[in-house]
Amino acid sequence: MSTTVLKARPAWREAFGFNFITGIVLGVIGYFVGNAIGQAVGANIDAMSASDQNDIAIVLGYLVGVIGFLAGLGFFNYPVARLLGARPSLQEHEAGGAWRYFRLCTDHKVVGIQYLVGVLFFFFIGGLNAMFIRTELLFPTEHFWDPDHYLTLVGLHGTMMMMMTSAMVLGPLGNYLLPIMIGAQRMAFPRLESLSFWLVPAAGVVLLSAIGLDGFPSGWTGYASLSVQAKAGMDAYLVAFALIGIAMTLVGLNMLATTFTMRAPGMTWTRLPIFVWAVISTGLLMLLAAPVLVLTMALVLMDRTVQTSFFLASAGGSVYLYENLFWFFGHPEVYILALPGFGIVLELLAVFCRKPVWGYRLSVAGMVGVALVSFFVWQHHLFVSGIDAHLRPFYMLTTELISIPTGFVFLNGMGTLWRARIRYTVPMLFALAFFFNFLIGGLSGVFNSDVPSDVTTHGSFFVMAHFHYTIMGGLVFAFFGGLYYWFPKMTGVVLDERLGRIQFWLFFVSFNFTFFPLFAAGFLGQPRRVSTYAAALQGINDFVSISAYFIGISMVVFAVNVVYSWAVARRRAAENPWQARGIEWQLPSPVPVRNFERIPEVVASPYEYGVPDAPPVAILHGPAVAAAGE
Amino acid sequence: MSRAMRLALVAVATAAAGVLVGFYIVAFLMATPPTVNSAQTSPGQARITLQTVAAIGFGAHPDWVSYLVQDPQGRWVHSTILRVPAHSLVHVTIYQYDTASGLRNPFYSQVRGTVGGIMYLNGKATRAIKPDDPGHTFAIPDLGLSVPLQGVPDDAKNQCEAAPCSTSQAHNTIEFTFRTGAPGSYRWQCFVPCAAGFVFGNGGPMQTMGYMDGFLEVQ
Amino acid sequence: MVSILGLRMPRELFRILVAWAVVSAIGIPAVWFLLGPHLPPGTMSNSAADQQFDNTVLAVCVVPVAAFLAIYFPYCLVRFRHRGTTFEDGPPLKGDGRVMVAWIAGTSALVLFLAGWGSWELFPGEHGAGGGQGPDPLQIATPANAAGALQVQVIGQQWQWTYRYPQYGFETDQLVLPQGQLVEFHVTSLDVIHSFWAIQLGVKADAVPGSDNVAFTQPGRVGSFQVRCAELCGIWHGHMFTEGRVVTQSDFQSWVGQQKRTLAPASGSLPPYAPSYYPTPLTRGG
Repeated sequence: MSTTVLKARPAWREAFGFNFITGIVLGVIGYFVGNAIGQAVGANIDAMSASDQNDIAIVLGYLVGVIGFLAGLGFFNYPVARLLGARPSLQEHEAGGAWRYFRLCTDHKVVGIQYLVGVLFFFFIGGLNAMFIRTELLFPTEHFWDPDHYLTLVGLHGTMMMMMTSAMVLGPLGNYLLPIMIGAQRMAFPRLESLSFWLVPAAGVVLLSAIGLDGFPSGWTGYASLSVQAKAGMDAYLVAFALIGIAMTLVGLNMLATTFTMRAPGMTWTRLPIFVWAVISTGLLMLLAAPVLVLTMALVLMDRTVQTSFFLASAGGSVYLYENLFWFFGHPEVYILALPGFGIVLELLAVFCRKPVWGYRLSVAGMVGVALVSFFVWQHHLFVSGIDAHLRPFYMLTTELISIPTGFVFLNGMGTLWRARIRYTVPMLFALAFFFNFLIGGLSGVFNSDVPSDVTTHGSFFVMAHFHYTIMGGLVFAFFGGLYYWFPKMTGVVLDERLGRIQFWLFFVSFNFTFFPLFAAGFLGQPRRVSTYAAALQGINDFVSISAYFIGISMVVFAVNVVYSWAVARRRAAENPWQARGIEWQLPSPVPVRNFERIPEVVASPYEYGVPDAPPVAILHGPAVAAAGE
Repeated sequence: MSRAMRLALVAVATAAAGVLVGFYIVAFLMATPPTVNSAQTSPGQARITLQTVAAIGFGAHPDWVSYLVQDPQGRWVHSTILRVPAHSLVHVTIYQYDTASGLRNPFYSQVRGTVGGIMYLNGKATRAIKPDDPGHTFAIPDLGLSVPLQGVPDDAKNQCEAAPCSTSQAHNTIEFTFRTGAPGSYRWQCFVPCAAGFVFGNGGPMQTMGYMDGFLEVQ
Repeated sequence: MVSILGLRMPRELFRILVAWAVVSAIGIPAVWFLLGPHLPPGTMSNSAADQQFDNTVLAVCVVPVAAFLAIYFPYCLVRFRHRGTTFEDGPPLKGDGRVMVAWIAGTSALVLFLAGWGSWELFPGEHGAGGGQGPDPLQIATPANAAGALQVQVIGQQWQWTYRYPQYGFETDQLVLPQGQLVEFHVTSLDVIHSFWAIQLGVKADAVPGSDNVAFTQPGRVGSFQVRCAELCGIWHGHMFTEGRVVTQSDFQSWVGQQKRTLAPASGSLPPYAPSYYPTPLTRGG
């Protein structure tokens, strides 16, 4: 079969090819096939007939369904073609046509846009769940939802958000921008990149299907032995999270391979945009930590399906094994969430202060340092779990130490602001809010890292406020800043500035009103994931719930802005609306298919603001330079 | 179709998908067993009649153990949300049709929180039973109430296979009285690991409203 | 540029540092004296008081950090705002080694102090941080009067806390402790992970199946406290709640006698006391 499409086929013809629709059809068929196999396997197992729950059937259904989905999208076409002797090709469906956004497309920019829509869709669903959670918490003992359904809601919110925020920056922005920023025309592994995207909606749908399987009670952390004991919906969580783990591994691999091997001539390590350094550090964490997640989910699935006892103490296993495996992934995971935010805000600060990133090498050292040290701190999630008491001072030390490189981003930001020429555009507002929120998040982390204080706060709403400040107040704010900044480049249209400011202020104020009081709620004795709490805490909870509804409203404003600006108003963007120096701003908006007509030569860093007669970063139309690879 | 039209179409389709998912989630959240009133015998007194069965026999999980409650008209309802008056004496009759599973913690083998600290097991006043004998318990921890329910012997004749069960089938009758206080929502649960096929016997019906968990709505 | 104590720095930076010193000088004592005594978890027991003190120290350490950023950022955001429509570049400042060294030294010192302080807080013999230390609590963290401690085994099960007093031979669903005596909690679980959080006593120890998690506290005041479960354990996780009480020694003895009498029917059926239990079989039929 042809793997290089030179001309788009008619739209009706495209609908019957290997695409998203075919994927769904084959995915559903695959689910039933896998389920039937599992029913046959489990037919004679007493535990399954007594419990009306055949986990083997459910898990096989999901796995065969996902394989069917990927087959329908066309991911097996190229490997099969190569086995049958076709010539290698790194391009599929890159030329024209709207259908390329609904199928396997090797153009990294298409993958970026796909990620943008896909991640935001599931992010909004996670946010809707949060609105329902806060509604339940309006009353201390009265309940809107039954407690088992409430726990599923909590688990869905947490898991969906962790899955989507892991992909939130590297997905849309990393995929779209990385090759452009290093002067390349593609990613190192274009098909794997597309695969990493399509696993995300697959995982999202699998996770949501937990609702039809009685939900799951374990929250996003999936602690054994509760997860081994749980009803069928637990399998949905385990499979979905494992799929995201695979996607993260692929993304990390791709980002690292591309940056290491495909930089344009002259793009030395010290001329790399700081965003690229953030992507590399995050990619390193994804590549090394995400496989542990996949393994952990697989072990729990084995306990649930084939009756192993990795995590059952009374059969020789240990729940500590689960806690350690999960958090060995889980702690690097939170730096996967934090580091891209650092990269974005430093980029934005440089442009809107019109100064170089102050302490560029220090910030690189900080990000790489955080990535490396993050593998040595995970036991701080187990401080009161009954681990050997000798371990606690060591992990307290490492956890305190990691705050040193984490703090570099503040020094870089402060230095960049010094004597700057600050313009308060919408992206800049989000970048500045990042510093405010991440400061609060970071300082509350200091409380958690101290063992005696952690005895007060572990498992309480204090921890919840801490990680919402760092993940939502940090990463999500940075994401919005990056989106408003790069949207003109990615789509050719600008987002409405007035709606952007309304969204920003509504979000910033309601976010802080929502999560700051939760530090007090935690200190005063409200554990996490409860639907009932001491009556004295109702005032705080009601204030928080009302504020949370306003966060929801700010997200609606954002959605309106995106739809209105992109589909209705369509105000064309100039090539360089922010007057920034990055390579991407030397290209047309949106960026054309192969990025550059020929591989550019890089002659300056993107941070040469204030240097008289600084050349642009890249020479785009110089003498022909041979491209790396094809 | 122009790009604007295509984007608008995608936006509409995405929003529609989102709304559908939202409805799906809300439908799940709002699904709850019906609230069944106790029978009001006289002012300050109420009566509840319950049965526990080995397999409910219908619905999404036909093999799950379950409680059922009798409504004031005498029909058996598959629910565990019971409404009783505040500051009253509540007389409870439980027809226990299930075989014994045994307690995980023998602490629950004693009757606690009832009037006089006793229950009437098949008419005989009893303070405690052997830890291996209960098929289920009826416990309201916030009221300090815990009553172990004697299991039917494994070799008993004429065992009930599916709900609703009738008193002509093998069963034990447990009767007790407890006092309600201030109004509120009091959760109740079973403390016997009676969920066959689940780890520790505590999964499935033990963690699902309408089967082995419920609310006592005191009003 | 001005020269302060031999260091040359821009005048503006000097003003910022002065403002910072003033705010810190006011904030630190304010937090220590005004906020500290009211910080959770209170002073009902020695472990709670330890944590309150620790939280106070941390809050005090946070003040200068937050103050510096809260002064520096707004100052820059106002002072260096670009007005006008032309795009003007700022000076190409790429870094300053002395500032970086000062920052790294300062943050490292603070952080290392906190790590050392936290470690020291875990050790003193009479106190304990109240956290679960696992089956082998550190010898130097075990209180000196551990031999005379009241042993209370906290059993977490889905979904209620029960408390076994091995020295008196009964298990109850109430938690009553005598004032002024060291309590040695042995926290374990019969099924999944729970977490025993006696809020006002400042004790938190995970209940892990097959494991014995030891925590110490010594209640100082008579009163009531809340026990909540702090690790998600299933449907009634939020409802796993005990109202505990600290009473005088004589009240405690009469409570013990009353519990022994009323719980006699069940006490005979309890399994022998053990650090953890594996109730069998793994799955129950029914």
